[in-house]
Amino acid sequence: MLAFVLRRLVGAAAALLAASVLIFTAVQVLPGNAASAVLGRNASPAAVGILSRQMGLDRPASTRYAHWLKGFVHGDLGDSAVAIAQGSNHAPIWHLISGPLKNSAILAAITALVMIPLSVALGTLAAVRAGRPTDHLISLGSLAAVSMPEFVVGSLLVAVFFVGLHLLPPVAIVPPGGDPLSHPKQLVLPVVTLLFASMAAGIRMVRAGTFEVLQTEYVQTARLNGLPERRVIMRYALRNALAPSVQVLAQNLQYLVGGVIVVEAVFAYPGIGSQLVNAVQIRDVTVVQSVAMLIAVVYVLINLVADLIVMLLVPKLREPV
Amino acid sequence: MSGRLRFLRTPSGAVGFGILVLVLLVAVLGPYVAPHSATAPIGAPPFTGPSTSAPLGTDFLGRDVLSRLLSGGRSVIGLAAAATGLAYLMGLAIGLAAGYSRSIVDPLLMRTVDVMLAFPPLLFLLVLIAGAGSSVGVLVLGVAVIQAPGISRIVRTATLEVSERGYVEAAVARGERAVAVITREVLPNISAPVLVDAGLRFTFSILIIASVNFLGLGLQPPSSDWARMIGENRAYISLNILAVIAPAAMIAILTIGVNLVGDAIARSLGRSYVPRGIRSPAA
Amino acid sequence: MTPEDGVAAIRVENLCLELTGGEPVIDDVSFEVAPGEILGIVGESGSGKTTVALALLGFTRPGVSITGGSIHVGGQTIVGQGASTPRSLRGKVISYVPQDPGGALNPSLRVGDGILDVLRAHQARTVGEDSVRAALSRVELSHDFRRSYPHQLSGGQQQRVTIAMATVCEPPVAVLDEPTTGLDVLTQEKVLAELLRLRDEERMAMVYVSHDLAVVAKIADRILVMYAGRVLEDGPTDDVIELPRHPYTKALVSAIPDFHNPRALHGITGVAVGVGEWPTGCAFAPRCEHRLNRCEEAVPELVETAPQHRARCWRWQELTTNGHPAAVVRSSETTLPPMPLLEVSGLEARYRSGRTDRPAVEWVSFAVEQGRCVALVGESGSGKSTIGRCIAGLHVPTAGRILFEGDELAGHARSRPLQIRRRIQIVFQNPFESLNPRHRVGSSIERPLRVLRRLPRSAAEQEVGELLERVRLPKRLEERFPVELSGGERQRVAIARALAARPDLLICDEVTSALDVSVQAAVLELLQELRRELGLSMLFITHNLGVVACIADSVLVMDRGSICETGPVGTVLSAPSHDYTRRLLEAAPCLRESAVGVGAP
Repeated sequence: MLAFVLRRLVGAAAALLAASVLIFTAVQVLPGNAASAVLGRNASPAAVGILSRQMGLDRPASTRYAHWLKGFVHGDLGDSAVAIAQGSNHAPIWHLISGPLKNSAILAAITALVMIPLSVALGTLAAVRAGRPTDHLISLGSLAAVSMPEFVVGSLLVAVFFVGLHLLPPVAIVPPGGDPLSHPKQLVLPVVTLLFASMAAGIRMVRAGTFEVLQTEYVQTARLNGLPERRVIMRYALRNALAPSVQVLAQNLQYLVGGVIVVEAVFAYPGIGSQLVNAVQIRDVTVVQSVAMLIAVVYVLINLVADLIVMLLVPKLREPV
Repeated sequence: MSGRLRFLRTPSGAVGFGILVLVLLVAVLGPYVAPHSATAPIGAPPFTGPSTSAPLGTDFLGRDVLSRLLSGGRSVIGLAAAATGLAYLMGLAIGLAAGYSRSIVDPLLMRTVDVMLAFPPLLFLLVLIAGAGSSVGVLVLGVAVIQAPGISRIVRTATLEVSERGYVEAAVARGERAVAVITREVLPNISAPVLVDAGLRFTFSILIIASVNFLGLGLQPPSSDWARMIGENRAYISLNILAVIAPAAMIAILTIGVNLVGDAIARSLGRSYVPRGIRSPAA
Repeated sequence: MTPEDGVAAIRVENLCLELTGGEPVIDDVSFEVAPGEILGIVGESGSGKTTVALALLGFTRPGVSITGGSIHVGGQTIVGQGASTPRSLRGKVISYVPQDPGGALNPSLRVGDGILDVLRAHQARTVGEDSVRAALSRVELSHDFRRSYPHQLSGGQQQRVTIAMATVCEPPVAVLDEPTTGLDVLTQEKVLAELLRLRDEERMAMVYVSHDLAVVAKIADRILVMYAGRVLEDGPTDDVIELPRHPYTKALVSAIPDFHNPRALHGITGVAVGVGEWPTGCAFAPRCEHRLNRCEEAVPELVETAPQHRARCWRWQELTTNGHPAAVVRSSETTLPPMPLLEVSGLEARYRSGRTDRPAVEWVSFAVEQGRCVALVGESGSGKSTIGRCIAGLHVPTAGRILFEGDELAGHARSRPLQIRRRIQIVFQNPFESLNPRHRVGSSIERPLRVLRRLPRSAAEQEVGELLERVRLPKRLEERFPVELSGGERQRVAIARALAARPDLLICDEVTSALDVSVQAAVLELLQELRRELGLSMLFITHNLGVVACIADSVLVMDRGSICETGPVGTVLSAPSHDYTRRLLEAAPCLRESAVGVGAP
């Protein structure tokens, strides 16, 4: 059991290390000089030279990578390249993103709280009723919902609930330092948009997993041993469908992390996603790499926790190999 | 091969297939039947409502929404198809090599997939754009690179399974060359899982490329890409709602069509079809 | 039936089942089982035996429903007028032991909890550890097993647990659906002994369903033979085996290889009919060598042929003559010692998969002489298949030498010269996986002709027809895809594909283990003929001692990766010198034993 946990921890650390190399390479090594990316094509070589020195670009890439990673591990994300280029001496990325990070976390948490129980319940229902109208309705509905990109869903929802019905605001604007929960009405459309695709995917996966378990021989044997149907479903089917479902839900949470990027843009919500899109637009490479790395950490953590829960649920995995 | 088209006999398969054909027709023929230029204003003010000359009104620059709509499908479908095709070229090659030879490629591939799992795919693409700038090449290549590990994993699993079958072993015992064994014995028998997966991959490509275009980080103005149209007019949705709804509906219809067909094909092959949205495609 | 109580534990009357579309699946099945009696239901795949077994529990598969008749079990009505809800009776009055114990146990439940679940389903909540202890001790497992998860148990232990679950509420009746099919012979022996003890000590009535007449003969008091949803014959075990009244039963009996008195096997030609293809007359008529016009016109009645013995055949009286086929004459044992074709010395191979890397074969040496058939016998995991794969160049050994006509063979097939690859051919176990489903039969057989014999296309096409004829298949099958063939037909095609290379050595890796006995007999017959006609040498890998007796000249017995005994087939099977061989032989089910009445303590 301990070996299993250790193996997963080492694996997660290795994945993050590889991710950091990948991010750093894509942002700072691939296209040439990050300083010219920040300043744009028309910047004078002199300005590029100055900014390069300020950003430490005259040092070798490996040194810069080591410096960045060391800082990141110690919680120092460095300075925003664009702010430096615009003349400020001190522009810590952490100040820039701590507020949006909190906003995004709130948005994702509310969505997750609704999504997890609903997708498990509906997915299980569809599996238990496989082939009947309930199943067809849930399956087709979720297929349609999961097919649409969030910005399409979001735009259509705005068209209906703002333009059509004047019920809900089309944007979710939170002033800097403000609390998103103080205007709950604003959060409705972003949350529903996020729910749409993530829940639909969750339902389909839970259904597939549960359906498979319902076909197993041990479920049939339990029935033939005269166990009440409710007990067969709860203790024999659902209990074994739980482990795959946990992995599904973990993927859904990860999906939320990615989904907020687009949904925040749709509703102009000041979260980490908007921040990232903005940074990509102005090519603020240091912000991009730090935000990307933060998201990767969250992503890997979710995976890790899911793996550990699955290990607790499946007796076979608890044993030394 | 009536067996291959069996999926058309289910209602959802037939509907999905009909939708797909329709959207493809619009995308291919649209630019030729468009009444106005897709990129130049038609002289009407921005955000005019529907009229006889502009049935869907005008957009934020006074361009004809209908004409842009008719021209905007090509990039959506074309880019996604190119990215998916490229992803399959890479994925098939790596997956077959890993599954068939079980050599060093195999553990290497599995670790790569693990790393890809550490990223939201959209984030990967955004980081790439931040570094390499935005261009059609970056979009297509980026989306292909995101998908290739997942495809190779599926191909690898199927190949591993098929490689243990008697007909493959018989071919190996005959001393046939690896290429002959793969093309004659392995490839035709892994087509079912690969085919089922292809629908998912294509939808994924559409979703992610459209998302980047919507964010304004992909194709640049004056492109009439459907996703761009939504992004450009989203802030003014109350002024001409059609400028947002029309392209949104087209994208929705397209992706639903692809998934309906994919789902029907999967059912006809006795497999389950689980679309993942812009979730991690490597999973 | 048994005089002392007179009340049958199971009484099935005129049971009929149909598909939703109206096609009959089971037609007019009636039988009784007395307390303390085991009824064996025998039939090949598709005969409806499992459908009948499940119907006893009031259970039908989706798409099938009970359309007539009645079932009474332990005084309760399961099907028919005034039937109780089957759920409350399952496990309490009639219980079920499944085929695959590994799949039938909930992987996330400890053994003890699984047993408690069954108890709680039927009794007050006051059940406790004592009942679990009693249930486990009934199948001779210690109380400690209650804390184990299924994956921690061996196959035999898992099957004991399912039996413990089936018997915990002490039901008077149990249905066993191929309970030992997945187990090796030694474990099977133990499980069968357990069942006999339950019959004798607790007077349980059992219905034992199996495709394997030899196993059923070993355990059952009465045998009921099913074919295409109908009972063809039913009677006391010894009577059915010794003096079968129905031609089908007779054919089944003579298809079973028996290592005590090996005789020429006779397969049944043709394929069993499926649901919806039932002919108007006797369903077996198309495959029966004694059929008359009458047989094809009307279904015969099930008539009493002797006390307690019924058969469904128009001609049973004329056909009932005893006498089994003549004993086989082993010609090859007397021939002069021939040249060794293949010599294996000091062979060592490892099994690698994922994290596991363990020795599969250690220090194995043997020879196959020109024209002889050497059998390699062992249980699953003994390493016997790995040896075959090493010789075929599919598995590279870590040490040792393989000599073919004195020349050392390269490890991998790719590195061997064309003539060697041509002269050594292998046929695999699973007929459903040994042919490429995307290639027509003709093209599968043509490939070795083109690759290994370098024949031009026209000559190759010509020879495909001849090869099909050689394996007794019609030429028209050339155009078919494997999915359109039965298991036996596919295995013949696989043999034809091997023969296409004109091999000198044919490796047969469990080629008949996935086939029904009647088909197995026909394939073995074919292999015997091919040996005679073509002078093939064979390495025959199998776990079935009866099959060995029929086909091999000499035997190598394998246990955990090494050979523990070798010798001429007659000597090894009649006077084994190694303890392991002796245990294998004792456990192996065969017909003669049952005739003497072994089983009851």
